Amino acid sequence: MHVERHDTVPIAVDDDIVRVRQRVRDWAVSLGFSLVDQTKLVTAASELARNTLIYGRGGTLTLETVVNERKRGLRLTFEDRGPGIADLTLALRDGYTTGNGLGLGLSGARRLAQDFTIDSKVGEGTRVVIARWN
Amino acid sequence: MERIPILKMGDSLLVSIQVDMHDRLAMTLQDDLTAKIVATHAKGVLIDISSLEVVDSFIGRMLANIAAMARVLDARTVVVGMRPAVAITLVELGLSLPGVRTALNVEQGMKLIVPHEEGADARREA
Repeated sequence: MHVERHDTVPIAVDDDIVRVRQRVRDWAVSLGFSLVDQTKLVTAASELARNTLIYGRGGTLTLETVVNERKRGLRLTFEDRGPGIADLTLALRDGYTTGNGLGLGLSGARRLAQDFTIDSKVGEGTRVVIARWN
Repeated sequence: MERIPILKMGDSLLVSIQVDMHDRLAMTLQDDLTAKIVATHAKGVLIDISSLEVVDSFIGRMLANIAAMARVLDARTVVVGMRPAVAITLVELGLSLPGVRTALNVEQGMKLIVPHEEGADARREA
């Protein structure tokens, strides 16, 4: 598997969530994703970008077009240097939130993506990687 | 400051969301609508989301909040025009919008929030 194209965008203010949605949409369209797949990926990105902003106190999104022998995909990496997540199992549970949201951000994004990995260290930050393949 | 316009027609308030809302704009719409229901004594609120390409949990929560606040203020809310891809994604996200009435288009949505029109139809048919 190799990376064909990549770009990084900041997530520092409210408006950046809208910009993340637009950027992910553009990349998903250029990869030829179906409308439903585009919508799932953009929605997952919107949830994760908001988490990066609110819980991670800001960070970055890295977009990558990844290619293996048979297919191409879009990989999105959300990184922050925020407080980190102490209990990942709990954080991934539907309806669990430490803020005032619905608690669907992480669990919903995991359902909407095909690949999902999360790494977090208390005091160091959180990295969430999702991908969808075409 | 940027705002989503709210139109008044009879006893109803009409909103058509035409832009990709950032979170603050969604909160402003929620506050504006609640204030306008009280100011105009509106009995119905129709929200057209046919232009929205994405409804994430934040916007979903805003729609549910508006419906709940309107209900407390004695007004009915209907959300119309959801795109099929948005509906599929919302359900997979885990958001089924409990308490929010929906209709496929504005015309059918208006029938839900203006019940006396149905009565008028029934009288005509009788």
